[in-house]
Amino acid sequence: MYCEKDHWDWEPGAREVADIDSWKSEHSYVEEVYASPDGEKAAAVVKTEEGEFSLRVNDATWEPSFDRAWYPRFAPDGRLTALVSSGGEWTLAIDGVLWENGFDFAWDTRLGADGAHAVVAVQRGGRYAAAVDGEAWEDDFADFTGLAVSEDGLHAAAVVQTKPFGQADIETFQQGCYSVAVDGKVWDRSFVNAWNPALSPDGVRSAATVRTSLYDYSIAVDGEPWKASFPCAWEPRFNPKDGSVWAPVKTPGGWTLFRDGERAWKKDFVELWRHSFSPDGKRVAAVVAKTFGRWTVAVDGKPWSATFGDMVTDLAWSPDGARAAATGKDKGRWTIVVDGKPWPASFDRVWPPVWSPDGRHTAARVKKNGSETVAVDGRLISESFVKVFTPSWSPDGTKLLVRGVRTAASAGRAYVRSVVSLSEFLG
Amino acid sequence: MHTLYYLAAGPFAIAAFVLLAGGSLFRLVRMGLLARKKDPAVFDYMSARYGFRSLFHWLVPFGSRGMRLHPALTIASFLFHVCAIVAPVFLYAHVLLIDESWNIAWVHIPDGAADAMSLVVIAACVFFLVRRMKSPEVSYLSTWRDYAVLALVAAPFVTGLWSFHQFPGFRYAGIIHMLSGELLLASIPFTRLSHMIFFPITRAYMGSEFGAVRNARDW
Amino acid sequence: MSQVALKKETPVSDDGMLKGAAKLTPEKIRETVRKVLDGETGARLKTYAAMCARCGMCSDACHFCLSHDRDPAWSPAGKVKRTIWELVRTGGKVDAEFILDACRIAHTECNLCKRCAMYCPFGIDVAYMMLVMRRICHKLGVTPQYIQDTAHSHSATMNQMWVKEDEWIDSLQWQEDEAREEMPNLRIPIEKEGADIMYSVIGPEPKFRAQLIYQAAVILNASGVDWTMPGTPGWDNSDMCMYTGDNEMMGRLKRAHFDTAVRLRVSRIVMGECGHAFRSVHDMGNRWLGYRQPPVPVIHAVEFYHEILKQGRIKIAKKFEGPVTLHDPCNIVRGHGLHEMAREVVRLTCDELIEMHPNREHNYCCSAGGGVINCGPPFKTSRVVGNRVKAEQLFAAKARGAKTVVAPCHNCHGGLEDIIHHYGLGMDVKFLGDIIYSCMEKPE
Repeated sequence: MYCEKDHWDWEPGAREVADIDSWKSEHSYVEEVYASPDGEKAAAVVKTEEGEFSLRVNDATWEPSFDRAWYPRFAPDGRLTALVSSGGEWTLAIDGVLWENGFDFAWDTRLGADGAHAVVAVQRGGRYAAAVDGEAWEDDFADFTGLAVSEDGLHAAAVVQTKPFGQADIETFQQGCYSVAVDGKVWDRSFVNAWNPALSPDGVRSAATVRTSLYDYSIAVDGEPWKASFPCAWEPRFNPKDGSVWAPVKTPGGWTLFRDGERAWKKDFVELWRHSFSPDGKRVAAVVAKTFGRWTVAVDGKPWSATFGDMVTDLAWSPDGARAAATGKDKGRWTIVVDGKPWPASFDRVWPPVWSPDGRHTAARVKKNGSETVAVDGRLISESFVKVFTPSWSPDGTKLLVRGVRTAASAGRAYVRSVVSLSEFLG
Repeated sequence: MHTLYYLAAGPFAIAAFVLLAGGSLFRLVRMGLLARKKDPAVFDYMSARYGFRSLFHWLVPFGSRGMRLHPALTIASFLFHVCAIVAPVFLYAHVLLIDESWNIAWVHIPDGAADAMSLVVIAACVFFLVRRMKSPEVSYLSTWRDYAVLALVAAPFVTGLWSFHQFPGFRYAGIIHMLSGELLLASIPFTRLSHMIFFPITRAYMGSEFGAVRNARDW
Repeated sequence: MSQVALKKETPVSDDGMLKGAAKLTPEKIRETVRKVLDGETGARLKTYAAMCARCGMCSDACHFCLSHDRDPAWSPAGKVKRTIWELVRTGGKVDAEFILDACRIAHTECNLCKRCAMYCPFGIDVAYMMLVMRRICHKLGVTPQYIQDTAHSHSATMNQMWVKEDEWIDSLQWQEDEAREEMPNLRIPIEKEGADIMYSVIGPEPKFRAQLIYQAAVILNASGVDWTMPGTPGWDNSDMCMYTGDNEMMGRLKRAHFDTAVRLRVSRIVMGECGHAFRSVHDMGNRWLGYRQPPVPVIHAVEFYHEILKQGRIKIAKKFEGPVTLHDPCNIVRGHGLHEMAREVVRLTCDELIEMHPNREHNYCCSAGGGVINCGPPFKTSRVVGNRVKAEQLFAAKARGAKTVVAPCHNCHGGLEDIIHHYGLGMDVKFLGDIIYSCMEKPE
């Protein structure tokens, strides 16, 4: 399989990529820095002249400037996107090139896994749609929320309003005025509410949590609700392999996991959400509260014994699906918990764990004593930063790419990319 | 009458104590189990420190603003509760009776003090009755049960004084005293008098919610 | 055993309630009441109902009762008697008329302010019982129209005011543009992942009081904290579903809010000057989700102002002129004990503070809270007339020189403005943010 990462610079050592201080001397206004996945580019929204904004990328600034530019995000392939407006018209700019179509508003940029395709939510004349690679859906809607995009970035779904209702018209609302539109085509049936639309990985099928009355919740798949209804339900997700739809639902005994309308897990929990499938689709894990206020992860219905008082989130499967990790927070301290075993260290803040390709290590961006760095299996790398970005593993799992903004020799700020060899570091 | 006397002195008395103890335990355990099932958070938020803090403020006369707004009621309530418990528990005759029956004894108070305390209880009951009838905010809430409970509480004290001082018909009064006292004990877990067993819990719970979660006073 | 109901009933004119009640049958009422009482309530309700000694001490607590010359029908226990006790007693054998009446009482004549819990010797939580009543009304489909519409908005948009996703972002950018006229490099950082603080507001701010976002941005910028605001639903911390008894939606809203903060990976949420939202995040919504406390600490604006003033992060150029009085919002005072901090902020920013009495935990509610103001125009008069005692308090403060009422809560603002207008008190109502913004040293 072609792997973009093979072509990244994996030579151990640190390299200063951009001198943020010099940006600040060139521009009277510089926003926070974003880094490309390969670490070779740093970007920020800057002011080019009074009332004009653009994107600074390393030593260059995008040619066009805008009345406003925001939400700079690098695509997985390293292209830089930003939402920009000029003369009241909004669009997406990619590496300084604007989509041909403009909109009255554009927001919520989503990028496909390979970065080739982009989707944004758009509004034109008070009507709403999604625009895929610049082309808005043919049908537009009175309201639009909860954009969901397929893995390849080619399909989009969202909750849309299907029927108009007046101010404080509670009767019409309760008859059902919302549904889900997939690539602009709305489901046959409307509901009182629809939330959390999800697309199958190929973007063909769709599911959402729906409320058929103020009291009855269910999961609708391609517009058809499950036969069972529940006092409450959370987000549905597609199993990546067999296409089954799974969702946390509330039963009289508590929260549990249902699959295609049938109970999948025997056990009930005080809470259950953020379920996640292993890459092979064979296993499923979810964040659960075993008892009131005690959080952990349950894998295939079996909860880990370690629990956290504040929360658990960021469930992540190892590439082979054998192991799972998550972030846990207890008494204000964050850590990573792997297969139920917390890292031997805790931090002020922790970001989602990243598995090594061989599934032997987890790494994460962490914050401790006011500075940020990367930790592997709970041990900090030696460098510390003002801010770091999510670390990346080399394809062979022996090195880690650390991208961060640090205090430079000049005492100013610099963006650096640093490749850390695991052997050096873990001994 | 003799039969009644022996019943009241024997099986009824035992039944009353059993109902009081067993009933209280039963109610507490049942509520506890129900709370486990339906209101589990109650246990999570219970805090010894703030629970006792609240209880302390509500067990000290005039410890809360509400009490300060109603001095007569506060004085009557405190005197009533103290006397209604101390007088029967430490009455010489009761102590003697229990000592003779079960061979357990404790200190007693002079009969004169017990007399005075019983009078205080009766006076407080009269005060509560008048208040319940005359004060709109109380009468509005009152049902026959509230009056019945009041009568039930007053009865053993009235009849106790009656028989002790051998007023006319004191033999009947004595039996009524025993029966009403037993009825009173037995009814504690099952009527509004159950506040005797639940007060510490609900007060401590509200104290915990206010103190530990809301960082505020509740008195 | 007098049973006179002294309270004069006003016929319900609310469309939502009337239409909902018209659909009720005795069977539906009985079944619904039984389901809620048996299925959703337990030891608390049972114990409270069993032990209440009907002593009437709670009458002193309720501003509705005090404002109606101690009419016992308005007392907390009186209201419980007319609602939930009757349902417990009869097992739900009541008619639609009763439900209509109970709905009006629970929704519009009780602010759930919990003052009565401080006056009941047993600590009985009447607000909890009123919420159970509202829950039953919700399940019966009998809820005042305006607050139900707000609950609908919450469900469809995750905010209180039908603000669409783009409108929210646009409002922030508009306020940023406005503020840049004053401070050219000011920024309202949207979606700045990893910031220290997520600043969250309630729906009415972008809709009607956008200047509050402007002011907050100026204060946050000047204080030099690392902050952000979300660009997605979840930005609104408010929660009227908590007050309509739609607990499932209450949970969904809080989850959206907390999840947004977790996604942005901030270390804490600072929320604007709102009371009920604070109750929702740290008391009710979090519990429904299984969180003992919010997963991300939530700091009320009063705490935040206190912190930045004490740390000297912002400086007061000139104190606010003229004596002010301070209204204690129930949800942050009885709800979180912020009364001393609020006073300290007032002392640091204002010339003189004139106290109203009673105050702190013993404050009188504004009569707008608990979702009452959100029930809208049909109930405005009863809410304002039902809080004469607050008007008297305000008048007494005014007589001693206070021209301005500081109220660090949105609902209190609305409620106090209505009271001031109705009773002709002629006072200004201000947020602490208004005062800090107008008195602070503003960086260039």
